[in-house]
Order: sequence, then C-alpha cells, then structure tokens
Amino acid sequence: MIDTLVIQDEDYREILDAIERLARHVRAKGVFLIEKNGQLIADAGEMYGLDTTSLASLAAGNVAATAGLAKLIGEDDFPTHFHQGQHDHLHMTVIGGRFILLVVFDDRTSLGLVRLRVRKSSGQLAQIFEDVLKRADGGAGALDEITEADIDKLFSD
Amino acid sequence: MSFINYSAREINCKIVYYGPGLGGKTTNLQFIYNKTNPDLKGKMISLATETERTLFFDFLPIALGEIRGFKIRFHLYTVPGQVFYDASRKLILKGVDGVVFVADSQEERMEANLESVDNLRENLVERGYDLDTMPYVVQYNKRDLPEVVSVDEMRRQLNPRRVSDFEACATTGQGVFESLKESARLVLRDLKKKSG
Repeated sequence: MIDTLVIQDEDYREILDAIERLARHVRAKGVFLIEKNGQLIADAGEMYGLDTTSLASLAAGNVAATAGLAKLIGEDDFPTHFHQGQHDHLHMTVIGGRFILLVVFDDRTSLGLVRLRVRKSSGQLAQIFEDVLKRADGGAGALDEITEADIDKLFSD
Repeated sequence: MSFINYSAREINCKIVYYGPGLGGKTTNLQFIYNKTNPDLKGKMISLATETERTLFFDFLPIALGEIRGFKIRFHLYTVPGQVFYDASRKLILKGVDGVVFVADSQEERMEANLESVDNLRENLVERGYDLDTMPYVVQYNKRDLPEVVSVDEMRRQLNPRRVSDFEACATTGQGVFESLKESARLVLRDLKKKSG
C-alpha cells in the first residue's frame, strides 16, 4: 500500500485536461476528481464558490458507506452511483478502486450521455493514475526540503 | 493516506478522533472550529442523529500554516463512539495518518475506554495499520468532572506505550489544541520519515 499520493504538476495538468474535456462534452455543471479518502484532487466546470472540500469529504463518505452495504449483500462494490435531484443530479464512478469521478449536471444534458462520456474518461484517468502510482516516491521531493526544525516551528506559538 | 499536490503546493493529512461514545470527540472539533480564524478553516460537517449523537462522522478541514512554500492542511474526522456503529468507524479509519484517542476520565467510563482502545487496535489492523507504530496521541478528557480516575491510573491502563498524552476539558478547550498540535507534528514527522 502506498501511504502518500503525490501529484506532480504534469500529472495535474493531464488530469485537469481530462476532466475539463469531460465537463465540456457532457455540458456538466461541475466535474470533481476525489481520492477515496476524501481529498479533492482536481475540479472543473462552472460551480464557482462551491465548498469543494466538504463535497469531497461527503462524496467519499457516501461511496465508502455504499461499498460497505455492497459487501453486506455479497457484492464487491457498487462502482457507479446516481442521485437524482429536482434540478441537479449527481453521478459518481469509482476509478481504479481508489478515486471517485463525480459529475454534477442538470437538464441541459442526459444521464445517458453522462454515463457514456464518464466511461470513456474513466479509462483515460485510470491510465494517468496508474502512471502516477507507479512512479510514486512517497513525497520524497517535497519532504526532503522540510526539516524537523521547520515542523517544530509550525507549532511554536 | 496523505496527499501531496505539487501544483497547489499543498500537503494534506487526515487525523481521526477516536474514543467511546459521549467522550467529547465532537466537542474537541467544535472547540477547534470556534477558535480557529475563519481564513484557516472550512465548514464543519456533522452527520448526527436528531439527538446530536454522531451518526457517521464529523469533519473539519483546517490549515495549520506553511512550511517551505507548502500549505499544510489537515482533515479532522471523528468517529461515532457508540458500540454498534463499528462498521462506520472502520470506514472512517481508511487512509488515516494519525489518531487522537479521546478518553472519558469518569470512573464509570473506564471499561468503555478500554473497549474502545481494543476496538481501535483491531480496526486499524484490518486497515493494515499498527497502533504501536503510528502517530498516536491520548487525551484524558472531562478532567473537570467529579469522580474521575487519576491520570496515573488512566495512563497505566490506556497508554502503556507512553505516547504523548494530555489532560483536557474539551468544553473549555483545555488540552484541545495541545492534542491537535502534537498529533499534527507526529503525522508530519512520520510522513517525512516514510519518504526518506
């Protein structure tokens, strides 16, 4: 198990490209890529001012609880979730077992189109993450620069 | 599991507050929320029952400052303490970087404390973690109440590893930030150690 997920600049740009493309193609209000433990990795779309930190945490909690339900009835997971609202709807897909692709959309588009495009983007994103995880260095680059004294200084009042 | 984002120059970590029901885990987070500068905190989410018992989790994102240009952010979670919510506790421990155990100092809650530590240990093992090696802080809460167990006795029973521990009264804030800061410090040190 890799303890630390490290996203480099170039990975981030590739991820952002993929989710921006998805947002455009499905006319989504927002597309969010979330690590299954609740960390937001990237977002695209037009939902400015949304509390994305809370969104990521709640989405991860939702997916985790649903996976727990799946196991109770003998399924491995429910990899796709759809929540229908009056105006806005939510589609979530688990990618590569570790990430959640969340799409918020309204009546400008259809669930069918979202499903179709999400499937395509999931494949691309899974490939990007496979590369990210393969060359994971545990954050050595960033953490090498940080000294024990830096850490202590952060907590000195 | 911590998350380092080079693009945003951010290091994100997860701390879970664990302990028996009604021990003060949510109160810890509420105090931190109330006393933290609005620029440094996000919204606090509480998924609770109608009687304000934690149903799934409380969540509070806070920023602790910057180290060498990296913003240090922590996601604080509580678990539901009631015994029958074990499935939820297991889910929340996923990806945890550090644990603050909030013990209830009242005599009649010692058995619940011990049961909760055992439960923590077992649930961590299921997730591939070892309580004896991970960043871990113990807080002896409710020191203001009558009929509390002595700190020495609590330490003997609940903290045989002699990790950092703090006397606390989460309602007034005594020991709350001390526990958080120590836990965050241990998490960052552990992160650095693992990367090296």
